[in-house]
Amino acid sequence: MGLIDYFRSSRRGKGSASVAKERLQILVAHDRAARDRPSYLPKLKQEILDVIRKYVQVDMDAVSVNYEQEGDQEVLELNIVLPDSAGPA
Amino acid sequence: MARIIVITSGKGGVGKTTTAAAMAMGLAQRGHRTVVIDFDVGLRNLDLIMGCERRVVYDFVNVINGEANLNQALIRDKRCDGLFVLPASQTRDKDALSTEGVGKVLEELSKGHDYIVCDSPAGIEHGATMAMYYADDAVVVTNPEVSSVRDSDRMLGILSSKSRRAEQNEEPIREHLLLTRYAPERVARGEMLSVDDVQEILSLKLLGVIPDSQAVLNASNAGNPVILDKNTDAGQAYDDMVSRYLGEELPMRFLEPEKKGLFNRLFGG
Ligand SMILES: Nc1ncnc2c1ncn2[C@@H]1O[C@H](COP(=O)(O)OP(=O)(O)O)[C@@H](O)[C@H]1O
Ligand SMILES: [Mg+2]
Repeated sequence: MGLIDYFRSSRRGKGSASVAKERLQILVAHDRAARDRPSYLPKLKQEILDVIRKYVQVDMDAVSVNYEQEGDQEVLELNIVLPDSAGPA
Repeated sequence: MARIIVITSGKGGVGKTTTAAAMAMGLAQRGHRTVVIDFDVGLRNLDLIMGCERRVVYDFVNVINGEANLNQALIRDKRCDGLFVLPASQTRDKDALSTEGVGKVLEELSKGHDYIVCDSPAGIEHGATMAMYYADDAVVVTNPEVSSVRDSDRMLGILSSKSRRAEQNEEPIREHLLLTRYAPERVARGEMLSVDDVQEILSLKLLGVIPDSQAVLNASNAGNPVILDKNTDAGQAYDDMVSRYLGEELPMRFLEPEKKGLFNRLFGG
């Protein structure tokens, strides 16, 4: 192995563990958030959507449900975007 | 009352059985009455690592089903007083371990022992959940490698939700990180996650770091828990780990690459 190859491979090496660490940090944060989320969220979202659609015609993505845990408080954030001309359906 | 320790991991092949054997032997060598149980139904291996495979008559499932009593099934270790092995069954019935059945056996063992070490199968299936259900302590065995670290984190989620302690709102299982198959040279070259990296991601109490070592293979070839090989790196690292578990404060060893002499550097590669 030539000197240049040696330096190149050792630099690539440096990359691989730090890349692994970055990927893991994101992945683990993601896994943890998903784990702590109550399993009823998708159903809750669907039912809210159904109720809204009784009155206003909206898209699937008009309703977003966000769940967060802050200390020992659980915060359920509900966001509904009504269309511009939100009249009775 | 015995303290129940589960040796667990999400991923397979990371060193759980090696660790269970070493830890049980280490505890027994310090005078604690210890039993080590193989929960890997269908894939039993602990008996081999403990070197008692030819003395297995009855197994864990036989005891649960009332086909044998504990005294008949427990194998007494010939090297160390106060150490017993309860082998796993070779049955293909993965559901042979019931929560009730396991609970009863652990309760009975609890009377005559100080520590019960549970060697868990990998994954989150039945055998693994049974091994952790009654635990007081968990040793999460992890390799410095992405999938192992991720799976360990998942295991932490399960430990904190699907155990007796969680269900009964008791003090949670004490979780410990054991990093195994650590290769300091590769860490130094930036090719392997370091202890600090893994600890930062999992934020767990570090119980020990076991180097990747030929000594482990030698020990398993011979059927001797590696902790008995006191002059090897892995043997010493396991010995430190047991002491730390029992409350001693010891610095981590074998974290730095071995310093090679000039001769080695020139000719040894
Ligand atoms: N520290 C180590 N150094 C080298 N090899 C190891 C080490 N720990 C475990 N091994 C090897 O890895 C393999 C899996 O180990 P084992 O303890 O059976 O893992 P598990 O029970 O998690 O499946 C075995 O071949 C074992 O010899
Ligand atoms: Mg195993």
